[in-house]
Amino acid sequence: MKTLILIAIGAALVNNVVLSQFLGLCPFLGVSKKVKTAAGMGMAVIFVITMSSLLTSIIYQYILVPTDMTYLNTIVFILVIAALVQFVEMVLKKLSPALYEALGVYLPLITTNCAVLGVALLNVQNSYGILKSVINGLGTAIGFTVAIVIMAGIRERNEYNDISPALKGTPIVLVTAGLMAIAFSGFSGLL
Amino acid sequence: MNSCTERIYNGLVKENPTFVMMLGMCPTLAVTSSLQNGFGMGMTTMVVLTASNAIISLLRNIIPDKVRMPAFIVIVASFVTIVQFMLEAYLPALNASLGIYIPLIVVNCIILGRAEAYASKNKVLPSIFDGIGMGLGFTFGLSSLGFFRELIGSGTILSHRVIPDEYCVKMIGLAPGAFFVLAALVAVQNKLRISKGKKPKEIKCCADCSLCTNECDELGKDFSDAVKNT
Repeated sequence: MKTLILIAIGAALVNNVVLSQFLGLCPFLGVSKKVKTAAGMGMAVIFVITMSSLLTSIIYQYILVPTDMTYLNTIVFILVIAALVQFVEMVLKKLSPALYEALGVYLPLITTNCAVLGVALLNVQNSYGILKSVINGLGTAIGFTVAIVIMAGIRERNEYNDISPALKGTPIVLVTAGLMAIAFSGFSGLL
Repeated sequence: MNSCTERIYNGLVKENPTFVMMLGMCPTLAVTSSLQNGFGMGMTTMVVLTASNAIISLLRNIIPDKVRMPAFIVIVASFVTIVQFMLEAYLPALNASLGIYIPLIVVNCIILGRAEAYASKNKVLPSIFDGIGMGLGFTFGLSSLGFFRELIGSGTILSHRVIPDEYCVKMIGLAPGAFFVLAALVAVQNKLRISKGKKPKEIKCCADCSLCTNECDELGKDFSDAVKNT
């Protein structure tokens, strides 16, 4: 139990997926203009990363390891993730229109997001079992959501500030991200 | 100009993936803490890009249009796996320091972007040179970022000390420094663009590393429309 909590905190705060590992930067910079959309994106990422960690670690443990084909993991994972997202989209559309309404827009955008594949590969690299993989995936995705929601909150306030024209837009967002990365590096004392 | 040298000029200068197109930001920020890592990542990407461009160009009339994206991804992933094995065998130190970012070349938007925008529409030889040109451009971008971050962050060039340790800004070599260096880069570009009367640069809302292709604009538009409606 203690190791699981440590894995979750480590993935969410200490080794934050965006701010210290630079995975999933595109949605972080692109979809962080409003808190509402950022939260929606975060929810979709939590959903997809948790599901894909579960599925990829099951496939790794029960198919790739017994057949001695672990070297194929990159190819298998990327296809599984792409198929999973499509499948989830179809299931949600059929079974839960309300949830589809909330997450549907974001799902195609994260099909082959580097954070999703990155978590699956990190689970293998750290030789996590199925439960640990799911916890690691969940923690990572929560870390992403925290970072993107904070970023969107800052950007909403930044919008009307008097910023020099050259720094407006992307550069000031990157500076904000850098400052957030400094703040998040303070969490490294947690473990 | 001959079409092959034109492709190389295009990749290095006109459509430089790092400085002009701003593609592949995840590896750009993650592995440029030193010149050696940046150069290694750039070269690895170039090998994968050239090989996948060649194969995709050869198969361009065979792959059905509807399944082209998954087909491209499988081709790119195979080459990434091969290159990863080569690195493990011949350059284990580089492989260890680049770690997870080697398999993540699969989702690098430069590779799928070039496959979609160039290799799937053109003959084999220009596609190969397009891959080499883009790869060299990416290597140049990563190496120069790595050079400055290593110089300022740890005061060394290729691990040879040139600035005494007391005068280094350690933070530039760490994660926050990557964001600041990129911010400075974009700000300088914007300054130049504004003085020429052009619009400042924006990192597009494509939200997905592998979709920064031509479809990106459409997808981004659909996406912002959908967000407005909710």
